[in-house]
Amino acid sequence: MNILTGNDLKTGDVIWWTGLDWSRFVKDATDVGDQGEAVLHREEAARRVNAPYIIAAEPTEDGPRPGHIKDRVRALGPTVRPDLTLKPADPDAGEWVI
Amino acid sequence: MYQYDQYDQKMVDTRVEEFRDQVKRRLAGDLTEDQFKPLRLMNGLYLQLHAYMLRVAIPYGTLNGKQMRMLGHIARKYDRDYGHFTTRQNIQYNWIKLEEAPDLLAELASVEMHAIQTSGNCIRNISSDQFAGATADEIADPRPWAEILRQWSSFHPEFSYLPRKFKFAVIASDTDRAAMRLHDIGIQLVHNDAGELGAKFFVGGGMGRTPMIAPEIRDFVPADELISYAEACLRVYNRYGRRDNKYKARIKILVHELGKEEYTRQVEEEFAHMKDLGLNPPVEELARITEFFQDPPFDLQANDELDLSDPDFALWVDQNTAQHKQAGYAIATISLKPRGGIPGDASSAQIDLMADLAEQYSFDELRVTHSQNIVLPHVRKSDLYALWQKLDEAGLAPANLDLITDSIACPGLDYCSLANARSIPLAQKISERFADLGRQRELGELKLKISGCINACGHHHAGHIGILGVDRKGTENYQLLLGGSGAEDTSLAKITGPGFTEDGVIDAIETVTDLYLEQREDGERFIDTYRRVGMERFKEAIYG
Repeated sequence: MNILTGNDLKTGDVIWWTGLDWSRFVKDATDVGDQGEAVLHREEAARRVNAPYIIAAEPTEDGPRPGHIKDRVRALGPTVRPDLTLKPADPDAGEWVI
Repeated sequence: MYQYDQYDQKMVDTRVEEFRDQVKRRLAGDLTEDQFKPLRLMNGLYLQLHAYMLRVAIPYGTLNGKQMRMLGHIARKYDRDYGHFTTRQNIQYNWIKLEEAPDLLAELASVEMHAIQTSGNCIRNISSDQFAGATADEIADPRPWAEILRQWSSFHPEFSYLPRKFKFAVIASDTDRAAMRLHDIGIQLVHNDAGELGAKFFVGGGMGRTPMIAPEIRDFVPADELISYAEACLRVYNRYGRRDNKYKARIKILVHELGKEEYTRQVEEEFAHMKDLGLNPPVEELARITEFFQDPPFDLQANDELDLSDPDFALWVDQNTAQHKQAGYAIATISLKPRGGIPGDASSAQIDLMADLAEQYSFDELRVTHSQNIVLPHVRKSDLYALWQKLDEAGLAPANLDLITDSIACPGLDYCSLANARSIPLAQKISERFADLGRQRELGELKLKISGCINACGHHHAGHIGILGVDRKGTENYQLLLGGSGAEDTSLAKITGPGFTEDGVIDAIETVTDLYLEQREDGERFIDTYRRVGMERFKEAIYG
């Protein structure tokens, strides 16, 4: 599957395209198929996302899992600071990245 | 310490307001990201893996308590309560909001700080010896010259769009604590036979994907012509640097391709042309700047004896303090490498404490080192025990300076969008594996440097042991390098062979250090034994 990611223009937060809006959680990301470029240009022009790009991801029961480790780190947060990730209560969340 | 004059302050304040307007226009949609990106980068604001990252300049690594406290305030108010001291003597914040960046920069400007020229193809923060003005082994204080270079290079119209970024280091002793010859231009202050002060110029060094040691191109430039000579070096580079290829655009490639002799000939020709153009700072300005770097009012009667009856304190003194030029004082290095910690990270509370301690014990001065530690340069020996106790309470007293756990590491794939592999977890695991201080001290001086990609922000080429993280088919892999040095015996580390997993490379490091202990002769450091024994012996031990 192909999913869209980028950063929030004001805050810099990593965000994922849900099909309707942008979410901070990769589990909300939706498959854009071959429509990624069109969505990306439309959303960037509307300043709802900054520096967006399309990535390949694997569908799993818990939602999409980005294909490259760099995007998995983006999706979770720094593996060396579990308290600053999106899953601060789960000390093993970093395993998902590896 | 240097203090801004009206021009410095006006320049910084004006830039803040200019950037405020640019941010406003970006948020309103009047600027596209393509238009805005070079503007934010000129103000040190990157877009990294998780958020905007701001790199704040700390000129030649020197700051006072008020400035340090501001860095803590920024960590608390604008970031997530910590900052990361870098291998360029700067500090980075990883979670900055674009909409808040102008206010942040205004607060920085209020204490004579900024983030200008911490990115882009311009002259970056001037780096220097963290012991400047305190150590007995320097022939002069390099900071006035670093400051003059800072002023000359700030907003220099001719050098704002160089072929690539450009880094200076200035030192003033034969002991190199600044990796001087691994800079685009390395300057060593020297005396000539007549006893006059001048500078030796080394041009064309650097790390990155093509590491090179800068060759010496001139053994003496009179001090008052230093700026003209630097300008001549830059002009030749600006004219002929490879703007067509980003990977060949650094000055080291130009010097290498032209050859040292031809590059030097062109610099000398340019220098001769420029000599009479009046580009050197007036003598009065040199004197004005130098005046800011006078010694603090040392107590000339200060007691030179130390009570070392507390064994933990004695270890810290032995490992983390250095001889001061003034009897009764010491240079104290605060290690930001606690067991299992993140190299260079400090919480806002720790930053505040270091500011307080600088004011209380070190004539209000601190230095950031390229090894991601903090120095209190002028501590009265009789205050060392009280200082150590306060550091220890705050987790700031690891007695591991220059030992294997005092590793330097770039942010790596945990934060950096350029990285291929994570650096920090490796540093943390090595710190745990070699946690026993007795074992570390048995190994002695051992510079371990870790980069998460070929750009080498973690200085892996200059490590006695270096580690380079690479991407092998989507998996993190680590190459091991041996034999580098960023000191006065500058050398470039060589790759041992095939790469390793994270755990594999730590095992390999243990193999290497075991072999060192087995092979070393009296007084040899790791690097000495490696140079005597040679790579092959180490490769055999690692790969069988």
